[in-house]
Amino acid sequence: MTALRESATFDRATIAEIQRAAREGIYEIRGFGAKRRVPHFDDLLFLGASMSRYPLEGYRERCGTGVTIGARHAREPVALDIPITIAGMSFGALSGQAKEALGRGASAVGTSTTTGDGGMTEEERAHSDTLVYQLLPSRYGMNPDDLRRADAIEIVVGQGAKPGGGGMLLGQKITDRVAAMRDLPPGVDQRSACRHPDWTGPDDLEIKILELREITDWRIPIYVKIGASRPYYDVTLAVKSGADAVVLDGMQGGTAASQSVFIEHVGIPILAAIPQAVRALADLGLHREVQLIVSGGIRTGADVAKALALGADAVSIGIGVLIALGDNAPEWEDEYVRLGSHAGSYDAWQAGRDPAGITTQDPELARRLDPLEGGRRVANYLRVLTMEAQTIARACGKSHVHNLEPEDLVALTVEAAAMARVPLAGTTWIPGLVPGA
Amino acid sequence: MATTAETHSFDLRVESVRALNALLHDPHGGAVRVCHPDGAHALAVGLNAPWEVELDGHVGYYCAGMNAQAQITVRGSAGVGLAENMMSGRVEVFGNASGAAGATAHGGLLVVHGDAAARAGISLKGAAIVVGGSVGHMSAFMAQSGTLLVCGDAGEGLGDSLYEAVIYVRGRVASLGADCVEQELDSDDLARITRLLAEAGIDGASAAEFRRYGSARELYNFHVDNAGSY
Ligand SMILES: Cc1cc2nc3c(=O)[nH]c(=O)nc-3n(C[C@H](O)[C@H](O)[C@H](O)COP(=O)(O)O)c2cc1C
Repeated sequence: MTALRESATFDRATIAEIQRAAREGIYEIRGFGAKRRVPHFDDLLFLGASMSRYPLEGYRERCGTGVTIGARHAREPVALDIPITIAGMSFGALSGQAKEALGRGASAVGTSTTTGDGGMTEEERAHSDTLVYQLLPSRYGMNPDDLRRADAIEIVVGQGAKPGGGGMLLGQKITDRVAAMRDLPPGVDQRSACRHPDWTGPDDLEIKILELREITDWRIPIYVKIGASRPYYDVTLAVKSGADAVVLDGMQGGTAASQSVFIEHVGIPILAAIPQAVRALADLGLHREVQLIVSGGIRTGADVAKALALGADAVSIGIGVLIALGDNAPEWEDEYVRLGSHAGSYDAWQAGRDPAGITTQDPELARRLDPLEGGRRVANYLRVLTMEAQTIARACGKSHVHNLEPEDLVALTVEAAAMARVPLAGTTWIPGLVPGA
Repeated sequence: MATTAETHSFDLRVESVRALNALLHDPHGGAVRVCHPDGAHALAVGLNAPWEVELDGHVGYYCAGMNAQAQITVRGSAGVGLAENMMSGRVEVFGNASGAAGATAHGGLLVVHGDAAARAGISLKGAAIVVGGSVGHMSAFMAQSGTLLVCGDAGEGLGDSLYEAVIYVRGRVASLGADCVEQELDSDDLARITRLLAEAGIDGASAAEFRRYGSARELYNFHVDNAGSY
């Protein structure tokens, strides 16, 4: 008998997807982020200190983690104790309990949360000491009263999971409360536009930002969020339009519901995007003046430290904090299996039947998540990330995590070296960099 | 607006847009007449009190943006995003309005006595918009609720991907967008049109001359057979 051989081109997941497409006649919509492997922070290493660099003493010598965002124009910039923020995730995609838990967790460690498509809820305003209010193309739930009680505004141009794409909240997640917040009937698929209704392009955006500043009396900072695709130009244009901070979301970034083909095939990895964004800011003479907040696959304190070393001022997390809340937890394995998934693979966040009670509007399921306990887990997770980043920074001799720099890094692969613009480990080689240029 | 002794005069050639908006953010309200707006952007934005504001000339982008409670009158034409995301109150323009007039407006009444350009009432969320002239292409795109009443003609793709908003047009409609269909005009519609025309101060048009357009609701839940409409 000849040995059975599976195709590398038509692997099992590919075959299953063709079969599903033929059966259902609709593209796959799912949550989570890109599942394929792309060059990432794992492909970088820190060098640490030795003879030529002095480390700081762990636990004794201070390593600062604070960051101020948006001091360029705002009278009240956002001051955070840690450079790790919670990304915009909509009420609607997430349960009220999940939003409250994120607020509690973030506030416990002195960082911010962000609203999402669908507007601001009382739960998140009440439990988030610092709350960033998103202005999205759909303008679902957009309310000037909420704008005035926000601590910052984030204009969403795009998301890493789907640069150039709009949103989608499937009808089964549209309860009466979600529907009322979005001025639509319950049960209807809510398509979110991909372009803003009242501006196109950076010249208009500049005026839009002026309007928002005037409405809020120049009090709070204005961020612009972009999906990573052409970060050098996009960051340049965002800053030219007047952004106080740029949120740059890589292709691995999470989503509540997007076409799988979009999640896996559009946009560039955050590793490749950060150096371009930093170069854009540096060319404008505004690196560290206009803050760069990056996201897309941040999981550990090492990821945080590497993002900062490449020049980011802060990071933002979506999927990681949902996992901290209890997403994909083994305790729900039986239910995941009943839904055709497994703990560790569950990504049907669009469907609203989340056993962990996070990506759902079903009151029975949502009740499973205790906001106090969830908040504690989120705070724990954020503390661990911070301590890990500090550990690395001290080992590199830095008294603040922002003092980490590309010089502290090397790459494990040629690809990562080229993208991150740090040398391949053991060499001085940065592919694409012309020596002396 | 009757100019009374309490009407504050504000000259934008002397004072700044910032000073104007700061004044208009006073929660007590009042009356202000603004001269020389000269097309400046973001005039009278974010008001949240019973102000009466008269802008004596052309205004730029986002005039009366996010208005609540205030009555804002423009004696000229308005730039892009007039009264965008208005919550309540009344905004009235005696000239024309550029693109995206009344975009995403949740409440209140927007009256444009001249024409409104493309995407009037885009993503409308509950407000009423009355246009004395015509509207450009893709007006009421994805409009969710509220009313767009057009006394003249409508451009291509009217009401594309419409949700629950209702559109009335007196003149010619160049074409309807996906999922937008003509519907029968009933007595409620006639009453609504008559009331809106009266509120807008538009005479010379009668309710029965209008046609009603609404959503066929075929795109409300994704179905593969509709893929060609997306
Ligand atoms: C459940 C969920 C809902 C989201 N909703 C929004 C949203 O409403 N607006 C937005 O700009 N981004 C949204 N995002 C994207 C996040 O803000 C963020 O860009 C992304 O999650 C970061 O990547 P990470 O998940 O790998 O940390 C959402 C992400 C998730 C996981």
